[in-house]
Order: sequence, then C-alpha cells, then structure tokens
Amino acid sequence: MLTILYDGIAYGMLLFVLACGLSVTLGLMNFINLAHGAFAMAGGYCTVIVVNRFGVPFALGLPIAFLVTALLGGIFERTLYVHVYARSHLDQVLFTIGLVFMAVAAVDYTMGSSQQFVQIPEALQGQFEVAGVGIGKYRLLIIVICGLLTVALQLILAKTRFGSRLRAAVDDQRVARGLGINVGAVFGITFAFGSGLAGLGGALGAEILGLDPTFPLKYMIYFLIVVTVGGTSSITGPFFASILLGIGDVAGKYYVPKLGAFVIYAIMIIVLIWRPQGLFARGAVSR
Amino acid sequence: MPILQTFQLEKRFGGILAAQNVNLAVEPGARHALIGPNGAGKTTVINLLTGVLRPSGGRILLEGRDITGLLPHQRVRLGMARTFQINQLFLDLTPLESIGLVVSERLGSGADWWRLVGTKAAVTDEIVEIAERFHLADIMHERTAILPYGKQRLLEIALAFACRPRLLLLDEPAAGVPEAERHELLATIEALPKDVTVLLIEHDMDLVFSFADRISVLVNGAMFVDGAPDEVARDPRVKAVYLGEELSA
Amino acid sequence: MSARADEVARYLKRRARWSPLEIAFWIFAFATIWLFPGKYLILKDTAILALFALSLDLILGYAGIISLGQAAFFGLAGYFSGLVAKYGFIDEPVIALVCSGVVAAGLGFVTSFLVLRGSDLTRLMVTLGVSLMLGELANRYSNITGGADGLQGVEIAPVLGLFRFDLFGHNGYVYCLIVLFICFVIARRIIYSPFGLSLRSIKGNNLRAAAIGIPVKWRLVAIYTVAAGFAGIAGALLTQTTAFCSLDVFSFERSADLLLVLIIGGTGYLYGGLIGAVIYKFLQDWIANLTPQYWQFWIGLVLVVIVLIGRERMAGWIGAVRTFFNRLGARFAPRLPALGGAGSEGH
Repeated sequence: MLTILYDGIAYGMLLFVLACGLSVTLGLMNFINLAHGAFAMAGGYCTVIVVNRFGVPFALGLPIAFLVTALLGGIFERTLYVHVYARSHLDQVLFTIGLVFMAVAAVDYTMGSSQQFVQIPEALQGQFEVAGVGIGKYRLLIIVICGLLTVALQLILAKTRFGSRLRAAVDDQRVARGLGINVGAVFGITFAFGSGLAGLGGALGAEILGLDPTFPLKYMIYFLIVVTVGGTSSITGPFFASILLGIGDVAGKYYVPKLGAFVIYAIMIIVLIWRPQGLFARGAVSR
Repeated sequence: MPILQTFQLEKRFGGILAAQNVNLAVEPGARHALIGPNGAGKTTVINLLTGVLRPSGGRILLEGRDITGLLPHQRVRLGMARTFQINQLFLDLTPLESIGLVVSERLGSGADWWRLVGTKAAVTDEIVEIAERFHLADIMHERTAILPYGKQRLLEIALAFACRPRLLLLDEPAAGVPEAERHELLATIEALPKDVTVLLIEHDMDLVFSFADRISVLVNGAMFVDGAPDEVARDPRVKAVYLGEELSA
Repeated sequence: MSARADEVARYLKRRARWSPLEIAFWIFAFATIWLFPGKYLILKDTAILALFALSLDLILGYAGIISLGQAAFFGLAGYFSGLVAKYGFIDEPVIALVCSGVVAAGLGFVTSFLVLRGSDLTRLMVTLGVSLMLGELANRYSNITGGADGLQGVEIAPVLGLFRFDLFGHNGYVYCLIVLFICFVIARRIIYSPFGLSLRSIKGNNLRAAAIGIPVKWRLVAIYTVAAGFAGIAGALLTQTTAFCSLDVFSFERSADLLLVLIIGGTGYLYGGLIGAVIYKFLQDWIANLTPQYWQFWIGLVLVVIVLIGRERMAGWIGAVRTFFNRLGARFAPRLPALGGAGSEGH
C-alpha cells in the first residue's frame, strides 16, 4: 500500500507540474486553454527526438524540452491566443479544441500514431528497497524535480517582483494595469513559462503516462480536474488537488481496475457539488 | 402597520461594515426617500431588502411577514419590486417582450410551454396599458439595445411596475438621464398610483424634495436622520454631512 | 380589448407562424427521401446529428449553458434502447424510443443541479465529467454493455410492426426524419411560449430575471431536462437504426463535434443545429475523401478559423442572407410573416 501512496504522490506531482501553467493562465486571464495538453505532448516528443535520435543525454533532454515548449508557447501566445482573450468562454473552448485537433493530427502525421518511449539512462531504471517498500528510481526523480519546481514557483511568486506583478494581475487586471503593470507582458511570459513547464512535464511523464498523439485528449480532463478542484487563485490549491487526484487515480486503478478513472471523476463531481469554486478558492459569493 | 420594516439590519464584507443597525420603517402609500453621500450604503440596503445580498444580521419584514431568508424572486411574488441604478434590461428583447414577460410571470402563466406568447387577452391588454403609461407604446417593437437612454430608464421602471408591486424600490431612477428626457421620467414617477408605496434612492435633491413625504438619511451605513422633508432640510447635521461643515456644539 | 392590444396580440401570433422559408426547408427535407435514394445512410446520420445538435442549442443558445456533456444522455439512451431490444424488454421501437428519452431526461434532471452551480469552467467540467464517468461505467460492466467491442446481438423489431429497418436505410431514414420533425415542432412550441421567452431573458440578464419574479433555477432545470431527453432520443435513434452501440457514444470527441456543428450553424434560432449538421456532414464526407486519416486536422482548422473570424461577423452574414430572403419573400408574398422570429444569435 505504501508503494501505491508513493506512486500516487509521484503521479500527483507530475500532474501538478503539467497543470499549474493552466491554472495560472486561467486565473490570470480568465482564459480556458484546452490545448494545454498539446504543449505537454510537444515537450514529450521533443525529448524523444532529441534523446533517441540525436543521442543527447537524458539530463539535457529535459531542459531542452522546457525551452523549446516555452518558446513555442510564447510564439503561439503572441500570434494566435492574443486574438481570443476578450472572447467568451465558449469561443475560447472552441478555439483551443480546434488547436488540439490540429496538434493531434499533425503529430500523428509526422511521428506516427504508435506510442513513443524515451531512452532513460540506466541509473534511473529499476528500483531500490527501503524498509520493504519498492521505491522506483524514476519516480524518485520525478518527485525530486517536481518538488524543487514547486518550491521554486512558490518562491518566485512570493519573493520576486515579477511574482508580485503576476499576483496583482491575477487579483484584478484593471487595477494592475492602472498601477502601470504591463499585464500583456506578464501574461506572455507566464504563458510561455507555463507551457514550458507543461513540456517538461510531458517529457518527464512520457515514461509513466505513455506518449502518443492522443496524449492531449486523454489527459486534458486530468489537467482540468486539477484546475477546477484546486482553484486558480494559488499554487497550493492545484498542488494539493494534484496529489489528491494522483493518489486517488493510482489507488482506484489498483483496487478497482475496471472502474479506472471513474474514481477521480467521482471525486471531482463530489468536490464541485460541495464547493463549486474549487476546494481552495478564495471566499464564497454572497448568494 | 408599516409596509416595510427592518430591524437592526447589518451587512459585513470581511472587515467592512457596509450597513449597520439600519432600522427603517416605510408606511403604506408613502413616498419615502433614502438619501446620503456617496458610499453611504444605500444600494447595499436595497440589495439587502430585495434579497440580492444576504444580511449579516437583523430582520426584514414585508407587510408584517419575515422575508429575511427569501430568495429575490420569492420577494417579488410577495409584492416588492425594484429598479437598478445601472439599467438591467433584456437588451435583445423588445419592450413588448420584456413587459409581456413580467406580466406573464405575474399572472402565473410564465411556465406555460405549450401556449404561444400573445394568446392571453388579459396579458396583451395589460402590456399595452403599461407601455402607454410609460410612454413606450411607440417603440414597443424596437430592440431594447437601440433605445435612447431615457426610454431605457422608463422601461427599467416599467418592468418593475409590471410586477404590480405594493412596494416599489427605485434606485436612482434619474441617474444619467439627459436633461431633455428628465421631464418625462419625473412626470411618470409622479404619476405612479397612490396604492403603490415608493422607496426612492436619489441624489437629485430637487426630485427628492418635490416627491418625498418622508426622508431617511444614511451615512457610513447607518441611519442618521429620519423625518419629514422640511425637518431634514433644516437639520444642521445633514448639512454638515453633505457639505462637510463642522457641527455646531 | 383595445385596438392596440388587438394589434399586439396579432403581431405576436404572426411572429410564431411558420415562415415560407421554414416550410420550404421541411418540404425539401422530406423530399430528400425521394431525391437521394443512394444516400440514406449519411442522410440518416445527419438527421440524428441534427436532433443531437438541437438538444444542445436548447441549452446553449437559449439558456446560455455551455456543456461538453450532451454525450452522456446520448450514450445512456443509446445503450438503454439497445439493451431493451436485445433482451426483449420492449419490442416496439417507438415505445423503446420514448422510454429511452425519458431515461435520459431523468439523468438530465438529476445532473441539472450540478450544472447550475459554479462558473462556466465548473459547468464544462461537470458535464464532461458525467459523460466520461458513464463511459468508464460502460467499460466496467462490459459483460452487459459489451465493453470496447460494443453492444452485440441487438435486433430491432419493425416499427409499428410494419416497417423493418433494412440495409439500404430507407425505413431507418424516414423514421429518423419523422422523429426529428416531431421533436423540432415540440422545441419550436417551447421557444415561442412564455417559458421560452423567460429562458431568453435568463440568458440575457439573469439578475433581472430573478428581480422580476422568475424562478431562474427551476426554469434552467426544466430546459436542461428537456434537452437531455432530446439528446437521448437522438442516441436511441442511432442504436435502433444501426442495431449497435459502442463506447464512443460517451467520448469527448462526440461532445466537441457537437459544439462545432452548432457553431457552424449558429445558435439561438433553432435551425442552427440542423443547418450545422448538414454542413458538418458534408464537410466530413468531403474531407474524409481527400485525406481519410487526418480529417481531424481540417476540422480543427475550421474551428480555429471560425472563432478567429468571429461568430458575430458570421451571424452578420447569416443575418444578411436572411434579410435577402425576407425581401424576396416580401416581394412575392407581402402578407406572410418574415423569417427569424424569436431567436437572436447567441453571444
């Protein structure tokens, strides 16, 4: 059972890294980006190409995935997304669904539809025993990297000037603009960074989640669950939501295999009945 | 018995007390005005009275009946209707449709899904009567979004009136209305039937003093002064609050 | 009744009358039975999709609820109708169809309370979550539902004991078209009723709707339930005419494609779903012939382009087309009412 807890935490932290970019862009610009999973997929494929075909060591493959996807995110944001910010949520949903369809088909066309595997260095394969519990080495890496990232994100948000500008803009865009904060630039950078994180998550997660062209469609619902349950006004909300969902999903698939993802959908619906604004959202509406 | 009474009505937003110890009593048939400087909490009080906001404390009685816990649409059914400071209209509907909607709901046929709109004579008669009373008959078929502001304001009041309330709450009805269209608006408000009690929030002192028979002054969320117009006009505290003069000892 | 009230009443009734364009549309729709004898299968799919899209238009275009979960009702009724036919619980397809619709409406009623809470995103998630959950359930109980292989061994009895569904699809298409028409008439009646008017007011300004005495929540529950029923009927039609039902009825793609259909056709005037379904099927057929494997790419591109152009602009174009036809109609038949009526373009 401890193994399940361990695997669940690793899975949850991976989900967090993947989903936190989505949470911030939703909270920041009130923009529902269903194509977020496509960036994760891009990162995964980027690492696959770079490591498998060009023999770049895995340790480099990860940051490359981050940079390439961040760049991609920045370009997309300036050229496409910026036209859709002021639109209704329905338009945003449709737009990003369209992008996902295009991304999925494009990847299918260029890379084929079979699952891709990243060549993980020997040192990360297998597991070691600690007090009778099997600790997967790769999952340990995930926990370490994601843990460090989470701490770094919290620090950036809380301690840096950019972080405080970001928090101000999330809180009230108009006031932030009035204070001279360049909200457009803040959003561009945040979007790129969030996409980069998604790409990194996709690269890290290829081994565990499986990487194929349908990745964005399969996992989009997970990211959305994290964001909906965790709320968009903090980092800690999605973090705990991810852990909860990670453990719930792994435990669910182990103990009741045929119900698979049923468990997390049920958790999500129950949470949303209880707290429609998410578990950790700020305040409640008067009526 | 007062048609509307509040007892120690209070509203907190976090640490801010937007309304405190508001004890209001509105007599039937009155033309009661609620005035006060900006930010005094007048719209908060209206929102509390109509159920848009839930009070942090206190009670509200409508015709002796405790309505503190009721939802907005339930209060309308009991005879209280309001207008909004910023027009809340159905921009894609025509005045005919909007008024028809209210009348239909009131007559209990709002949930009819099988019958066509316009087949009940009682409803169409009333729509026309209300449209004529509020000078909207000529533009009945235009989309609300393209109507001039004065007409929109009239429609705003017409919709509340169509609920046939016994108590009508008007939130700054003259706000933003251009000079040319004010006369029509003010005349229409004056011509409201005597059996409808009116509680009016206004900044326009001409309107307040010509229209109201009783005035309550709200300052910083609390009731300051309450009385007949000439009493309030002469009260030095009211002048001080509005003009910032020092209170005489 | 004063003269003016009289005139108002007549105006309102005239607006709800079937315009010549509408009548022409349906005459043409039924004429396709004889005009395109080789295409029954795709026509039948279009009719089913049209009904499915109509169900979404009722909640999206008229009540303003964004949903990615109509597939839940589609799939539930699909499996229900298949199962009652397979195990012989209800033999007569029409009765089974109605029962499937009721079952779907029941699920709609129960889930409506979830959908009314929270923001757009919450609604999106809950509706999507419910349909994906049902998909997982169907997968779990594959001993009943056939799981990934789909529901096998379904045999549909002849409709009314007379019309058997054949391989060419003629009876299947007529059946679907008639059901679509009946459901459309019901929807049309609802939209032009006081209830329909109150829905439009809720979508336009739900604060004011509550302030004039409309019990907003209950109206939304009601229309959501009806829309779920329609979606269910569409799902049951699919199962009955193909004698098959599989897990993809619950898929995200199905709900997403539905949004696309409505966006192409336009929301808020009832014909959007129908016209959108025709265009979508045509697009799908055409693109699939060009690039069978990657048609999803082009569909995605269509979506992106449509959003970038802006639905207001497209609504403007549609409005211009409508005005054109109105003028045409006015020239030939000046007394007849104009097209358009109650609905306004969504957003």
